[in-house]
Amino acid sequence: MPYFASASSPSPMSRRLFLSTTGALSLGAALTACGGGDSGGSPAAAEPVAQADIDKAMTTPTELTFWTWVPNIAKEVALFEKKYPAVKVKVVNAGQGTPEYTKLRTALKAGSGAPDLVQIEYQAIPTFTITGSLLDLRPYGASALKSTFVDWTWSQVSGPDGEIWAIPQDTGPMGMLYRKDIFDRHGIEVPGTWDEFAAAARKLHKADPDAYLTNLAANQVAAWHGLLWQAGAKPYATSGKSEITISVDDAVSRKLGAYWGGLAKEGVIGVEPDFTDSWYAALNKGKYATWITAAWGPVFLSGSAKATSGKWRAAPLPQWDAAKPSSGNWGGSTTAVIRSTKNPVAAAVFAQFLNSDPASAKMFATEQFFFPATKALLTDAAFVADAPPFYGGQKVNQVFADISSTVNSSFQWPPFLDQAATDWTETVGKSLADRTDTIRALGSWQSRMTTYAKNQGFTVKGS
Amino acid sequence: MTAARRRRAAGPLFVAPFLALFLLLFLAPLGYAAYLSLFQDRLIGGNVFVGLDNYTQALRDPQLLHGVGRVALFFVIQVPLMLLLALLFALALDSGLLRLARVIRLGIFVPYAVPSVVAALMWGYLYGPDFGPFAQLSRDLGLPAPDFLSDGRLLGSLANIVTWEFVGYNMIILYAALRTIPQELYEAAAMDGAGAWRIAWSVKLPALRPALLLTLLFSVIGSFQLFNEPNLLMKIAPDVISSSYTANLYAYSLAFTGQQVNYAATVSFLLGLVIVIASYAVLLTANRRRTP
Repeated sequence: MPYFASASSPSPMSRRLFLSTTGALSLGAALTACGGGDSGGSPAAAEPVAQADIDKAMTTPTELTFWTWVPNIAKEVALFEKKYPAVKVKVVNAGQGTPEYTKLRTALKAGSGAPDLVQIEYQAIPTFTITGSLLDLRPYGASALKSTFVDWTWSQVSGPDGEIWAIPQDTGPMGMLYRKDIFDRHGIEVPGTWDEFAAAARKLHKADPDAYLTNLAANQVAAWHGLLWQAGAKPYATSGKSEITISVDDAVSRKLGAYWGGLAKEGVIGVEPDFTDSWYAALNKGKYATWITAAWGPVFLSGSAKATSGKWRAAPLPQWDAAKPSSGNWGGSTTAVIRSTKNPVAAAVFAQFLNSDPASAKMFATEQFFFPATKALLTDAAFVADAPPFYGGQKVNQVFADISSTVNSSFQWPPFLDQAATDWTETVGKSLADRTDTIRALGSWQSRMTTYAKNQGFTVKGS
Repeated sequence: MTAARRRRAAGPLFVAPFLALFLLLFLAPLGYAAYLSLFQDRLIGGNVFVGLDNYTQALRDPQLLHGVGRVALFFVIQVPLMLLLALLFALALDSGLLRLARVIRLGIFVPYAVPSVVAALMWGYLYGPDFGPFAQLSRDLGLPAPDFLSDGRLLGSLANIVTWEFVGYNMIILYAALRTIPQELYEAAAMDGAGAWRIAWSVKLPALRPALLLTLLFSVIGSFQLFNEPNLLMKIAPDVISSSYTANLYAYSLAFTGQQVNYAATVSFLLGLVIVIASYAVLLTANRRRTP
């Protein structure tokens, strides 16, 4: 199962100061070192590690510990171990998303037990860079990979001073899955704009009181962040280490709040928690005619709503401005190296190999059905031509590959994402579930986060 | 060494294993929590000594106060109900009038053997508004499905789970106490002309008092520590159960979601204090009643 439960992710931030990379395949230059000072985001770019040192590290017997929740990742790891027989990778499943981060945080605090590498979602990167827990991968040649990955993913893993905190693994550009049969039965066109979507929601629910056009889960801050992202919102911005702007109550957010809060209040959309038994049952029995989801959604749905095979299709998200199509991202993750690792070179090389080696990257798309983060795969004929019968033979990957290029690349995440997520569920999410004033709830979300950030020592600039 | 001295030396030796564990597993963590609660480790600015600041903040924290208030309400309603049920079952079993007494005794006790995580998941399914059996049944009868997970009902639904889990446990304690009542007392009561009800009221109940007090104390502690059940139901009712629904849940979220370990230590410490006070109040009132 892909990444839903937790929230969202990192920062575009300026990409100035990228190290000019040494040569094509450059895995680096001088200086071993575990990059930089000890608190996250030391601005001085560490010097590249010399190729000779890398070669030496990769032929010295080493064991790396890697926390990940990807099923059967041993296949990808085997490719790496075949190329570098001296380095062994011990794969540990420490839980998916938040449970893993909780364990990691505990291990980091305790000062022992942290792995060398960790799978981490885009949205959680700033939460760990603020505590200085991730290793800047620039000295190990990561800069050379910039053009390998989809642009917006690279800005998500980059720090404000050009640091490279992680290597993208998979992505979740958002789109809409819909029930063609229900649309046809009620004469509903695939909505191209959010206005059309709202009209369709009213129409469907009026025609069939047991059905809703969609469900906006009151516990799913990640979906909300994705929709904010699509709308071009800038809810979080950091400048320097201790200055943060929180504006989850600005004009764009209010537009979203009025829209979704309004539909919820009217009772024409569902608001039940997602990824629960009840929600699965609802998707299977056609209570919802669309699922607003991400690129990992199609495979996930075909596994959990088998009874509805052949009835679904995929389309881009409805737009606020049909002339300028855009989308947000929900989910997807990366591989990061923990700063305390004793084998920074081997770990950094592994992180890069795992996600950028063409064979390994392809395996993620074909074995785990991950939605790729590399440009090469998104244009790979074999990948985009896939036409699963669950979607009536539609080329679903092509739909999402097209969406991927419309994802805005300037979205940033707060350095305390878990708190932001909890606060959202208890304010905005609750207003949706209770069908009360969502705009006012946005204000509560803003003030709760502001208070938290101040208590944590940040200088807060708000909307 | 004389015999007397040897005996004196043996005393501490016997309590030493207990004392060591008590120190290591109880006092040391308690002390550490107290120490932590005097600091604040901020994301920006690091660790600073703040004295009692965390405590003054906690005492004015509406989320904490609501959480404590909610478990207090839970305690006042759920515990008497549960203990009354346990008492009735224990008396019924002890009366020897039930058929299949062994099967019934086991049946009532079995829920306690189910881990509370499993219990919460199971009840979460039963409560389900779409596919839960209760909802289906009422739909088949043409009635609106009861929403066990709504704002107003959730505390009651939680109380039901906890009661289901712990009635058997408390029953066993009370039942065991009943079995220790000397047979002569019953004989004497019967000679005086007491019927079954009279015996239950005048002989059994007074004899049960210490056991009832014990179960009550356990329940005070259990109620204020309420965590597993709300934490699991949170996944299916995230809009009703907040991260500060119970005080214990709040301490957990502070530490693991908000990264405020120090404040979490403060909250835990205060919660411990509340439990001590509540337990003491229970003991005090019970003792006062016994010595007129």
